[in-house]
Amino acid sequence: MSFERPNLTRIGSALRRTVLTGATALAALSVAAHGSMAADVNTTGLAVTDDTVTVGILHSITGTMAISETGSVQAEKLAIDQINAMGGVLGRKIEFIQEDGASDWPTFAEKAKKLLVNDKVAAVFGCWTSASRKAVLPVFEQYNGMLYYPTFYEGLEESPNVIYTGQEATQQIIAGIDWVVREKGAKTFYLLGSDYIWPRTSNKIARKHIEKLGLKVVGEEYYPLGHTQFNSVINKIKLKKPDVIYAIVVGGSNVAFYKQLKAAGIDMTKEKPLLLTISVTEDEIRGIGGENIEGAYAAMKYFQSLDNDNNAGFVKAFKDMWGQDIVIGDVTQAAYLGPWLWKAAVEKAGSFDIDKVREASPGIELTTAPEGYVRIHENHHLWSKTRIGRAGADGQYELVYETKDLMEPDPFPEGYQ
Amino acid sequence: MFDGYTLSELGSILAMQGFAGLILFSVFVLMALGLAIIFGQMGVINMAHGEFMILGAYVTYLCSHIFQNYLPGLFSIYFFVAMALAFCASGALGMLCEWALIRHLYKRPLDTLLATWGLSLILQQAYRTIFGAREVGVSLPDWMMGSVPLTDLIEIPINGLFVMALTLIITAAVGAMMYRSGWGKQVRAVMQNRVMAGAVGINTERTDRLTFGIGCGVAGIAGAAFTMIGSTGPTAGQLYIVDTFLVVVFGGAASLLGTIASAFSISQAQSAMEFFLSGSMAKVLTLLTVVGILMLRPQGLFTLKVRK
Repeated sequence: MSFERPNLTRIGSALRRTVLTGATALAALSVAAHGSMAADVNTTGLAVTDDTVTVGILHSITGTMAISETGSVQAEKLAIDQINAMGGVLGRKIEFIQEDGASDWPTFAEKAKKLLVNDKVAAVFGCWTSASRKAVLPVFEQYNGMLYYPTFYEGLEESPNVIYTGQEATQQIIAGIDWVVREKGAKTFYLLGSDYIWPRTSNKIARKHIEKLGLKVVGEEYYPLGHTQFNSVINKIKLKKPDVIYAIVVGGSNVAFYKQLKAAGIDMTKEKPLLLTISVTEDEIRGIGGENIEGAYAAMKYFQSLDNDNNAGFVKAFKDMWGQDIVIGDVTQAAYLGPWLWKAAVEKAGSFDIDKVREASPGIELTTAPEGYVRIHENHHLWSKTRIGRAGADGQYELVYETKDLMEPDPFPEGYQ
Repeated sequence: MFDGYTLSELGSILAMQGFAGLILFSVFVLMALGLAIIFGQMGVINMAHGEFMILGAYVTYLCSHIFQNYLPGLFSIYFFVAMALAFCASGALGMLCEWALIRHLYKRPLDTLLATWGLSLILQQAYRTIFGAREVGVSLPDWMMGSVPLTDLIEIPINGLFVMALTLIITAAVGAMMYRSGWGKQVRAVMQNRVMAGAVGINTERTDRLTFGIGCGVAGIAGAAFTMIGSTGPTAGQLYIVDTFLVVVFGGAASLLGTIASAFSISQAQSAMEFFLSGSMAKVLTLLTVVGILMLRPQGLFTLKVRK
């Protein structure tokens, strides 16, 4: 991958040109030039100085969600590093203040307020669970902040103060089900999930779509978060003999579910039944063990194994920064997009002002994204492709299908509420 | 829900479901045994029980790595070494904690709850610092995965059989130690009357430490075994703690028999209900039933004795 040389904005390059023509006392002049810019690019008192701009990172690094959110923090730091190496945003280095949401939703809200009110950060990259996003949403709307939210989620939300860099439910679900029906001739589905809003909403969308296609849902089940015994539901699946197990199990339950599925003699490589998930990224497979999930399919927008130049560079940079053993999942990649999308919007707006950044955001394109080309929709979600990958024993997904066109984000699908 | 299935299919499913219940039973007993020893015999509410289990899981993880890299020929039997080491590691940590923390709180049983809860947070963060926040994958020897097919529908998971056998052995060992050995006599004597036990020459402090250590060690073995069926991460212990306390409290803390009876009834009820209802509903009904029974019979199924 080649991140292009600094893409100076029109204002920036114009100023640089005046500085360069001056030819004398370059350093002093450039400070002066920045000084005159500061007022222009920041009219609302954000933490922007002549050489720096401060942003916030707000994830759980302690508590039960730390397992999942660590990757996002790493990706955001990598993106910030790379942007700084290219000269920063509007000529300013990004500095970040990291706060710990501690897997506790009120803490998220409190820390969000601290970042916006005390630190006056220009943008926040953060949150992972929908619960944490819902907790910070009123804070961001009240104090007019900008949140870049990386996780694939259930949709049914569109805030002017959030850019959703992961997929919303319809993007992940509909393409996946269409594929399994078209390519695998699936007729019957067993829907399974952890018991909270994302799996429930997603399965609702899945069920509507399956029934619209004239096919059948033979079972739908939810287990409490953290549940570790899946033998009963595995027996039910064996009795109902569905063509597809549609699994949205999350967290530690995942490990128990796939290990027990394998132990019960359901060999997913034989695809009888076939397993399709939207909740297991490469990150989760590390805990599950590749040999336990081999043969399962996942529908999401990014796999570490994607074969393109952007991704090769991203994977290499990520491993160089965080260790060679590390794996990169869908959400980690989406988190990586956050700082880049923000940079592009700021430079298009020529200002750090939240309102101007918001106005500039729709239509922002990123050609350097590891997943390929993405574009921000008017509804603040991303146009992106949906891909199907097949899990291998090495813990990586092998790409078997990707949608030809970008999927339009549709956070409020008709008839699905 | 049974329309359109043949009798043999239904028979197979019932057999499978019964077996699933037995596995759940074994898992519950294994989880609860260590806690029952500590809570039942010493009156200490050990909130860090799950973290002692996870220490066992991490020891297993380390063992799997070491055997894979240095002794690949012995990989197929590493699990037994790992369980022994898990027992030692968790037991040693347990004795250290007893010496540093718990022994100062014997006269204040409720404070042990807070102290051990703090301990659990400290341990979680320690795991996170040492092993990273992400879950680790424990690779198992091939013979421990997969299943034995009996008929087309009935398949017996090998790790289920393994957990059942392990539970049987551990329970027998703990029972023998408690009711047949000199140490068990001392433990029971200290529990019934500490002053008198001291007067007849029993080293009560040493007995306490050993009891706590053995309870934690058993938790470590359970943690090692659960790498077969669950996840290994800094906070994975929390997944088990509620069920563990449920089993111990419902059983009535004083007797091992109570723990076993309670594990059996809860596991069978839950797995039967899971089959007919959805998973979350089954959990709710199980908890409601347990709460109801405990309201009528606060001492649990079998009598509870706490050190006075």
